[in-house]
Amino acid sequence: MSAATTSFPNTSPAWDLPSRGKVAMAGLIMAESAIFTIFVVAYLFYLGKSLTGPTPREVLETPIFYTICLLSSSLTIHFAAKSLERDYTRLFLGLWLLTIALGGAFLYGTAQEWHRLIFEHGLTISTNLFGTTYYSLVGLHAFHVTAGLIMLLVVARFGFTGRMGVSQSGRVAVLSMYWHFVDAVWVVVFTVVYVLGR
Amino acid sequence: MSSNAITIPGAQIEARPCVDELHLWLTTVDHKRLGILYILSALLFLVIGGVEALVIRIQLMHSHNNFVSPEVFNRMFTMHGTTMIFFVAMPVLFGFANYLVPLMIGARDMAFPRLNAFSFWLSFLGGLLLYFSFLGGSGLYGAGSAPDVGWWSYAPLGARAFSPGHSSDYWTLALLVSGFGSIGTAINIIATILCLRCPGMKINRMPLLVWMNLVMAGMVLLAITPLSAAQIMLLIDRYLGGHFFDTQAGGSAVLWMHFFWIFGHPEVYVLIIPCFAFMSEIIPVFSRKPIFGYPVMVAATVCIGFVSMSVWAHHMFTIGMNSYANSFFTLTTMAVGVPTGIKIFNWIGTMWGGRIQFKTPMLFSIGFLFQFLIAGLTGIMMAASPFDWQLSLSYFVVAHFHYVIVGGILFALFAAFYYWYPKMTGRMLSELLGKWHFWLFLIGFHLTFDVMHIPGVLGMPRRIYTYEPGRGWDTLNFIITIGAFIQALAILVFVANLVISYLKGAQAGNDPWDAWTLEWSIGSPPPVYNFVTVPTVASRRPLWDLKHPEDPDSRYE
Repeated sequence: MSAATTSFPNTSPAWDLPSRGKVAMAGLIMAESAIFTIFVVAYLFYLGKSLTGPTPREVLETPIFYTICLLSSSLTIHFAAKSLERDYTRLFLGLWLLTIALGGAFLYGTAQEWHRLIFEHGLTISTNLFGTTYYSLVGLHAFHVTAGLIMLLVVARFGFTGRMGVSQSGRVAVLSMYWHFVDAVWVVVFTVVYVLGR
Repeated sequence: MSSNAITIPGAQIEARPCVDELHLWLTTVDHKRLGILYILSALLFLVIGGVEALVIRIQLMHSHNNFVSPEVFNRMFTMHGTTMIFFVAMPVLFGFANYLVPLMIGARDMAFPRLNAFSFWLSFLGGLLLYFSFLGGSGLYGAGSAPDVGWWSYAPLGARAFSPGHSSDYWTLALLVSGFGSIGTAINIIATILCLRCPGMKINRMPLLVWMNLVMAGMVLLAITPLSAAQIMLLIDRYLGGHFFDTQAGGSAVLWMHFFWIFGHPEVYVLIIPCFAFMSEIIPVFSRKPIFGYPVMVAATVCIGFVSMSVWAHHMFTIGMNSYANSFFTLTTMAVGVPTGIKIFNWIGTMWGGRIQFKTPMLFSIGFLFQFLIAGLTGIMMAASPFDWQLSLSYFVVAHFHYVIVGGILFALFAAFYYWYPKMTGRMLSELLGKWHFWLFLIGFHLTFDVMHIPGVLGMPRRIYTYEPGRGWDTLNFIITIGAFIQALAILVFVANLVISYLKGAQAGNDPWDAWTLEWSIGSPPPVYNFVTVPTVASRRPLWDLKHPEDPDSRYE
């Protein structure tokens, strides 16, 4: 090929390509968005179509505190990733643990809400259409938060053993893309379930 | 280019023991081996799905036939449809994409080799899961049963009450699992194309095959996922007592139809766009001309990608949508014919004035052009909703979509097999057997699917296991069945050709077709590492530049 290379003088030597991790995560986010869209459509389509109670207006309470937790975890993970890029590993670890705490608090909030709905109001996934669509949509989101938390914990473990440095900042950036996506989905789910749906 | 291989002095390549070879194939993460595994698994399921088609055709050969029971007939058409779409068409196209995309962009492998292997095994095991339903459909308490509710599994047929046992569960899980495999492969294809191109391979210099697979992968992300979401909902309904598609609790059967077809129609384009990609590589080489209208081809592909996302409800004209929805989906469906028509004109423009070589790949490509055009025309007919009200769920529809899938997709695939088999194995496929394969398949195809339009117009509904004599359908159905067996014979010739040529075919050399894309610059089969040195390209036809340094394409682009 060396002979071939010399015969094309107009090829520019600079050759920048996007990072494969970011492209792949963007692809995954596209796919996940389509899945969430279908569940959101189902939720909206079945609003008010339940034949029996309880209805969203009767039982749902807006989880403002836990929403603030999840949304602010987007900020903390952003600054954690930035500090890793500058090799502030201790600051990174602190912000990372804060992110995990905020995500865990959100998950606790969801669990508490489900406990209340099931034991106080008798709403399960098979009670009525509201139950079916509510638990699947919020559950799908909670599943993604859980998956994200597991990945964050793995990174935290590497952080404690001192293996997180600038060299890992690209991977952390990819993971934080996923976490931002999970937060952005919650904005949609929150709007649909707690604002429009009541 | 003959020196383009790494030779290690003293190292002798010895034949490995069988077990080692098998172990190598099972644990491989090499894109070429995985591509071949995808293709082989698809061929296996093609034979199975083909046998199911033959069972259907024997049963319908004449009126009041008793070859199989109605229950078995239902299982046959369900399994035939599911198999052919999910475990033949998708894997074989992913296989070619896996094999060709890295070679065409001068890359070492796919972006994520292990994800690649994971995706392949997901889709293959998904297929096995589907077929396990024959044994485990009733939970292994005796005779099992395969799913029998049609490949759409329309609600409420998929619900527990109407589909007891586990047959629908196997169907759902098989599609869910292989769907995740498809998503993994699609992400991999996108990342490979965007991130691993060799120097000089700008986005507007990529071979059209690479471009079209990029669009296909993007569509997979947006079109397969709604099906996965709907399958999750169906599982919730079946296992957790949910009410998504339970009409007695206020659920909607129509919502399932929408979710299914939001997947289902883009899926057709997911399958046909890689076939357009084969055509866009094969027709220029055998016309000895560069592709006509490269930028327009790219634009038309992207356009099809977008428009095909908004046509799904043309499968649902007969369920009673309002007139605005009917008009909208009629218009979008007809609009998707415009970029498709542009492509057909571009391929004809490529052939026009070229020195056409009628080798087997080109014969199949010309067959594709002709038949895909007819399939598109019957598609436009049925896009008109009043016309569709008359013929929906008749054999006219069956004839139409088989014209697309067999006459279009399968012919393009055969062209691709004859074109790239030398690259994959190092041996040429026999031209003589290839011509027999082509003409037998062409005759069988037209006998079956041209004639199949007529009983549809006469009112024969699809999915019936038998029919009354004296409706004028008997002779036609008999001809259709004969055609099906001629196609089966042609497939046998094809398989024989694959096997015989693998053992005794002529040596292919690096570049048997005098082609222009990078995969032909390296050995056949390519070495594990693909390229000794990373190639640098300066035009859309790097090999043309290499062969004609006095008049390279890079001077004009």
